[in-house]
Amino acid sequence: MSATSAKSLLALSQQDELVDLPKDFPLSSSEDEGENDGERKHQKLLEAISSLGGKNRWKLTERSEASLKVSEFNVSSDGTREKLVLSDLLQSVKASSSLVTIKKQLTRVKSKKTVQLPLNKEEVAQIHREVAFNKTSQALSKWDPIVLKNRKAKQLVFPLKKEQAAFAPLEHVVGGWKARTPLEQEILNVLQKNKQPVTDPLLTPAEKASLKAMSLEEAKMRRAELQRARALQSYYEAKARREKKIKSKKYHKVIKKGKAKKALQDFESLRQVNPSVALEELEKVERARMMERMSLKHQNSGKWAKSKAIMAKYDPEARQAMQEQLAKNKELTQKLQVSMESEEEEGGVDEEELLVPDAVNEIQMKANGPNPWMLRSVTLAVSEADEQQDPVQLSCEPTAGEDSESDGEGNSGATEETELRELEERRSLRKRSELSHVAEARDHPEARDTSSQEVLLEVRRLAQKLPKETQPSQPSKGSSTGAAPPALEKEQAAEEEPLLLQRPERARTLEELDELSGEGCCPNLELPSPVSQGLHAGRSPKNQPADPKKKGKMQMIDLQNLLTTRSPSGKSLAVPTTVEEEDEGEREQKQTIKEAFAGDDVMADFLREKREAEEASKPKDVDLTLPGWGEWGGVGLQPSAKKRRRFFIKAPEGPPRRDQKLPNVILSEKRNIHVAAHQVHVLPYPFSHHHQFEQTIQTPIGSTWNTQRAFQKLTTPKVVTKPGHIIKPIKAEDVGYRSSSRSDLSVVQRNPKQLSKRHWKQLKKNSPEALEQ
Amino acid sequence: METAPEPGGDVPPKTKKLRVQRKKPRRYWEEEESAPTAARGSPRPPGSKKRKQEARSQRPKNAYIQKKARIAKKPQAPKRPRERRNPESRQTLSGAQDPFPGPAPVPAEATGKFRRINKSKKLPHAKPQTQNRLEVAEAEEEETSLRAARSALLLAEEPGFLEGEDGEDTAKIRQADIVEAVDIASAAKHFDLNLRQFGPYRLNYSQTGRHLAFGGRRGHVAALDWVTKKLMCEINVMEAVRDIRFLHSEALLAVAQSRWLHIYDNQGIELHCIRRCDRITRLEFLPFHFLLASASETGFLTYLDVSVGKIVAALNARAGRLDVMAQNPYNAVIHLGHSNGTVSLWSPALKEPLAKILCHRGGVRAVAVDSTGTYMATSGLDHQLKVFDLRGTFQPLSAQTLPQGAGHLAFSQRGLLAAGTSDVVNIWAGQGKGSLPSLQQPYLTHRLSGHVHGLQFCPFEDVLGVGHSGGITSMLVPGAAEPNFDGLESNPYRSRKQRQEWEVKALLEKVPAELICLDPRALAEVDVVTLEQQKKERIERLGYDPEAKTPFQPKPKQKGRSSTASLVKRKKKVMDEEHRDKVRQSLQQQQKQKKAKPEGARPSALDRFVR
Repeated sequence: MSATSAKSLLALSQQDELVDLPKDFPLSSSEDEGENDGERKHQKLLEAISSLGGKNRWKLTERSEASLKVSEFNVSSDGTREKLVLSDLLQSVKASSSLVTIKKQLTRVKSKKTVQLPLNKEEVAQIHREVAFNKTSQALSKWDPIVLKNRKAKQLVFPLKKEQAAFAPLEHVVGGWKARTPLEQEILNVLQKNKQPVTDPLLTPAEKASLKAMSLEEAKMRRAELQRARALQSYYEAKARREKKIKSKKYHKVIKKGKAKKALQDFESLRQVNPSVALEELEKVERARMMERMSLKHQNSGKWAKSKAIMAKYDPEARQAMQEQLAKNKELTQKLQVSMESEEEEGGVDEEELLVPDAVNEIQMKANGPNPWMLRSVTLAVSEADEQQDPVQLSCEPTAGEDSESDGEGNSGATEETELRELEERRSLRKRSELSHVAEARDHPEARDTSSQEVLLEVRRLAQKLPKETQPSQPSKGSSTGAAPPALEKEQAAEEEPLLLQRPERARTLEELDELSGEGCCPNLELPSPVSQGLHAGRSPKNQPADPKKKGKMQMIDLQNLLTTRSPSGKSLAVPTTVEEEDEGEREQKQTIKEAFAGDDVMADFLREKREAEEASKPKDVDLTLPGWGEWGGVGLQPSAKKRRRFFIKAPEGPPRRDQKLPNVILSEKRNIHVAAHQVHVLPYPFSHHHQFEQTIQTPIGSTWNTQRAFQKLTTPKVVTKPGHIIKPIKAEDVGYRSSSRSDLSVVQRNPKQLSKRHWKQLKKNSPEALEQ
Repeated sequence: METAPEPGGDVPPKTKKLRVQRKKPRRYWEEEESAPTAARGSPRPPGSKKRKQEARSQRPKNAYIQKKARIAKKPQAPKRPRERRNPESRQTLSGAQDPFPGPAPVPAEATGKFRRINKSKKLPHAKPQTQNRLEVAEAEEEETSLRAARSALLLAEEPGFLEGEDGEDTAKIRQADIVEAVDIASAAKHFDLNLRQFGPYRLNYSQTGRHLAFGGRRGHVAALDWVTKKLMCEINVMEAVRDIRFLHSEALLAVAQSRWLHIYDNQGIELHCIRRCDRITRLEFLPFHFLLASASETGFLTYLDVSVGKIVAALNARAGRLDVMAQNPYNAVIHLGHSNGTVSLWSPALKEPLAKILCHRGGVRAVAVDSTGTYMATSGLDHQLKVFDLRGTFQPLSAQTLPQGAGHLAFSQRGLLAAGTSDVVNIWAGQGKGSLPSLQQPYLTHRLSGHVHGLQFCPFEDVLGVGHSGGITSMLVPGAAEPNFDGLESNPYRSRKQRQEWEVKALLEKVPAELICLDPRALAEVDVVTLEQQKKERIERLGYDPEAKTPFQPKPKQKGRSSTASLVKRKKKVMDEEHRDKVRQSLQQQQKQKKAKPEGARPSALDRFVR
């Protein structure tokens, strides 16, 4: 009780002081006021004491009625418990000049800057930590390369030793040597007589001179030269880059044209100066043409062309672009007529024959080695040459219908439309060819016939082209601009038809490829081809036509082949007489064997077994249907199909069996868990794929598989500690850092590469000195 | 410092030598004629029979023979680059230059033999740290293979073989001719044991090829050191002997008798009678696993661990009587031939065959596997002899019909194939070691005095042992065996002490029986199934994939191109690309599935009523 009262007393006195503080601001207050104050305090004290007994200890002064008169004398904050603000009090004081001093004092107090509140302890600590972390991590990061190097190192030997910085050059070592024994002295004498180097064993005076052969000036000149070359190259590169950046199409076109013209001129001049080189150049051009013909590059078949084809109907520009592409193709695939018909029309042919042998111009036999297609066409052409009196008509035959059509409309002169039609025809042809693949595969001989016909056509076309191009003086290159006469256009279209026809033949089906390989074009290189296959291939012509149909039964057939292959019978057994007897009896024996095994069908049994194994290894489906669940009951009620479907969990299809393509083998799919227990099943740290890890554990390290040295090297311990040495923590000096006076952390890194370079320099510096000696 | 020996020394022969040297100051790198001949004149291998040396020197030599000479003689070709590598090393103290600095070069094909990392395999992209590890591994492999190839120079012996003169058929060369041509020691390796009394014989050579054990059907069991012809023991077990095998050393002998399997020591004392293996027909011993595999009439394949005397596995082959068995020396898989034309491959770890291969239309009569584990030869009741590829495809590589099918087959260490048909033994040879024996022309033939009952090539000796009804014949087959033996593994000349020490070492290195599988390098692979399972579980536990690819975050670009809109655009572009990829893949899969579906009967309108 007493304790609580004492507490309240204390609290009260404090409160009083607080409250009083504003009141006694006039520091020069008179005594009476002080007395008055004292009285009031006393009064309060008495009240407090009296209230100690009762429940209500805090007796507040109450105001019974609102007093409008607020005078400075009865200011009391007790009741309202509001904080008194100094300014409120001062407002009334403003006018009076007697309080100037007080005001001054106040302003002085105000003007004094207060010290900011100190930060929270935790915040301070955090900031300290951050700064410290940054500093330390920066300091420590200098060690990163060393740590990395040590981690990568095959072996670490502790205590870590500073690398031997400078090894004594050979000259120094040898310089200290003195001849002691008589023999040595004798040898030395001989050497000195012959002016052989003694102290410096490396270089004789002559050699020294040769070393100094390059003078400073020379070296400087050379350096300058090199610098110049480099600068020039960089200028050139910059220029090229600049030019490359130019986006103007016209500019590029002009440039290109210029280049082409120049090339032509060069060629002309070359032809006159050095015909053989020109010939080679020509061959190059021919080859380029061949490549162009082989590729689909400008055939309006690309993605861009297709998109343009869609637009072509509405957009003349697109049409134009497509035409240009086609024209380009034509231009590129044009037979090179040495481009000087205009100059030498009359005697040109003869001269050409002199210059360019027909072998080059017609078929590139000499240039590109034996090209089987071309060879064949040549022979055919030769054979047919007599019969073909009017090649033009023949070549136009296949496209006669289209020609007539184009005649109807083509008179209007709309070349674009013909182009479009060409495109469409191409597309349809391609489709047709795809459809007809199977048929082609089926009757192969026919297909071959057609292909040979096409080759013939091609030859004819070439033959026809030759005279045609020699006769008209204007080159057909100009047609690309679109203003070409329709007749010429038609001709071109007619020319192209055979080309178009050629296409579908090029794309081959897999079956055809197989057939080719079966015929022995490309023998299997990696493995010796199984007997059965070889035999199979040998008989292929009979089997082939029905092949695509039988694909499903392929497996069975293979198996048959495997076992019924006719293997050559063995000869030259020990004694010839008995062999003959055996030969005689062979047939009988075979017969008996056949009879003996007529009953048991080994293959069927095996196939059945294999099928069973396959079934067993397949993941099982799960049927979760509960008959009767969610339905009205009844005996023997079948759950509905819908329900069954809903509660039927299909097992995911497992990986394909390993023996899927091996008809005569059943491979067990069971996992050998005993082996798996010994295998690694966690990928170690730096690896992200198991193949990577497997790669690193392929090499055995045992002495059984390796030579002694290799074994030792493979099994060297990663860490070696020297016995009897104290292993101290790594120091900056140990690794070539210069440690500062304060600590190891603040180090200046020296690049190890630089280090080595410096050594080099030192060495070099040393060696001339040694030479001088 | 030592003084140089004075020319007028005390020992006259030395001076002579010196003088000779002074006459010819020749260095090893200089052209010389006598060195290669000297190399060729090195001690002749015990196993090689050089019958027609003059003929051989005229013809183009076999690649194998040339190999050694090439390494020693032609280091000039790749010399240049190495010289350039360290120019400082040219300057030596004496000022002379080493014309062949650095170690001698090794041809690529020689190192290729020892390569183990398959570089053609494409690896997923690796982080730099991983890349570093891979590079280290590759460098290690290269170095070890190089060292191994270098040490091949130490193999002193080279294989010999028969070569006929122009048009001469080597098969017509008789044993007597060979014996006449070879040296006495080799000639002594051809012998006949006339043992007509105790029926057809089975035989077995010990691992080192020094000892021979044979057992006749009428109970005669004997073991001898066949090189010195010293008899170790000879007993009659008074029971039919089906098969006989040496265990890991020549001190122990397993004999399959008509009732049970018995084990004798080299003095003919019966040590064990294993009654759990009854009515055994064939025995095989797997030396690295210490397993004795036995095939029984009852159709069981039993593996007995001879180091602890426990039966490791007893597998029911479910194919009736088993009497054709062979082991694959490469992976210790047992091959069993069955009457339904199949050959099944067994390991003690699995209850079912690892593989089943349909080889013949009739029953299989004999099986043999070559030492590299590449080829399996089978002969069947259909009189065919086939050689199968065991490297995953199991397809026949060559086939031959023999007048009377082969009843017994055996491969030699260097890949010669011997087949016994009634009383004739045919041997076919390929081109060098590990190559397919060509079945067109037999290399050798030999007629015996009785029907063949057992065939085995002797390891490290060019000898084929044939057990037949008339006894035992030891044939000379030039080029059959490996000329160089590993003295630590199987040393024919080892002493008793060495054998004991080897025994301890071999036991310490015993391979557990469960590790037998088709690919013996399986241990160098990661257990992917468990790996993936664990990964899945981890993802489930964590709720996310910690190794998942982080979504693309466009990098901020310079020149004000990294506006928010463009960033978003870039992000979206990448996302779209990924999405497109996904769609493309799924489409491809769908197409595949469509293709896979058989285009059988078209669905009829009535199908909808089918439940």
